[in-house]
Amino acid sequence: MREIPDAIVCEGCDAVFRRVPLRSREVSRCPRCGTELERQQRSDGARLLPLTVACLILFVIANCFPIVAIELQGLTSRTTLVGAVIALSSEGMSPVALLVLATTIFFPLLQLCILVYLLVPMSYERRPAGFSVLVNALQALQPWGMVEVFLLGILVAIVKLSSLAQVIAGPALWAFIALTVLLTAVLSFNPHSFWHMAFKPKETPT
Amino acid sequence: MSSPAFTAVETATQRGLIGCHRCSAVWEGAAHGQRCGRCGTRLHVRKPDSIRRTWAYLISAAILYLPANLLPVMITRSLLGTQQDTILSGVIYFWVSGAYGLAALIFVASFLVPLFKLSALVLLTWSAQRGSDWRQHERAGLYRMLEAIGRWSMLDVFVVAVLAGLVRIHGFAEISAGVGIAAFGSVVVLTMLASLSFDPRLTWDVRPRRTRAAGPNSARTTMTTPAGMPATGGLPGPEGTGSKA
Repeated sequence: MREIPDAIVCEGCDAVFRRVPLRSREVSRCPRCGTELERQQRSDGARLLPLTVACLILFVIANCFPIVAIELQGLTSRTTLVGAVIALSSEGMSPVALLVLATTIFFPLLQLCILVYLLVPMSYERRPAGFSVLVNALQALQPWGMVEVFLLGILVAIVKLSSLAQVIAGPALWAFIALTVLLTAVLSFNPHSFWHMAFKPKETPT
Repeated sequence: MSSPAFTAVETATQRGLIGCHRCSAVWEGAAHGQRCGRCGTRLHVRKPDSIRRTWAYLISAAILYLPANLLPVMITRSLLGTQQDTILSGVIYFWVSGAYGLAALIFVASFLVPLFKLSALVLLTWSAQRGSDWRQHERAGLYRMLEAIGRWSMLDVFVVAVLAGLVRIHGFAEISAGVGIAAFGSVVVLTMLASLSFDPRLTWDVRPRRTRAAGPNSARTTMTTPAGMPATGGLPGPEGTGSKA
């Protein structure tokens, strides 16, 4: 078994190509099927780490404060994300509650924590313990974190209720909006790049 | 029908190479099931049992699609009585009350996208199983689109979750989740699993039909690479390295 360092295999159609060095922000695509082969990331670890930490802070705010409150004839009712999950599970909807918990809290939080854990030692050119397991986990988690879909869900729910009751936006709503923007920036970083970051220095001694 | 321009492309399988699907290292002379020397993931020429797994997820999703749309997803108890909403009745409610944009959004995300995903995946899996060379380029594009839009179907699950958590003013108004939302969530998860287990490379593995001589499109014409030949020598470069804004 021998590694071919300058070859690249298209994930979409198995075609083999020679790896061409890309300039900043360039993308190479497979000419046969159009799948993205490689992307030169503009943001490497240095820029990504502060964004990830900011995401974690926003994540805490978004989960500690109520998202929205409604007022109906002097009576108010509000909810946090965890409150919604608890409400679902208390109604015998535990599988749905678990799905919401996983896609909006657990998976995104795990992604952020793994990123911080990987990025801190890598800024000192060191590879942390469990590197390959965690990069694999990061790639596997990518389709399942759904904070942006949840934000749209909140907005739809607000519109739905606005004709029935007075809806007051809570601090967590703004945190969720900011979190969605930052998270999109952070997660657009392809975990594939970790492999290049970790294995590049050896290949280019010149 | 694949256009003649694409026949010059050589696949990793033909060259005896395996690309690791996790870290994208390319290995020569690796056996199916061996571990990648860089990241330790098992190497596969194609995703194992891709077609069978995809069918299993698809059939389960198709079965659950019925209760997801017929059973109530949300139960509203107010002073005026109890109201049960299905996904489509929620869309109709928004449409009648004049929120056309929102009605269209929910209709697309909750009804059309899962239906489109199911039928598109059936088409992709069926044609990949037959080894068909029908519209390969479009099929590849369709698969990439499915991967991008699948997650947005979760919208309705989150709407119900927020409403059930928020509206609990006892006696006046209470919203709780209906059984339909569990079925609906399962459909979304199952179709996502189906598209993840489908191997897009199968779209390009064309099997020559028995009635036809193996043409230049056949993927099995040059299976062997001469030993000792530098494996990456003469590889074509990728097309159009365009910068992205």
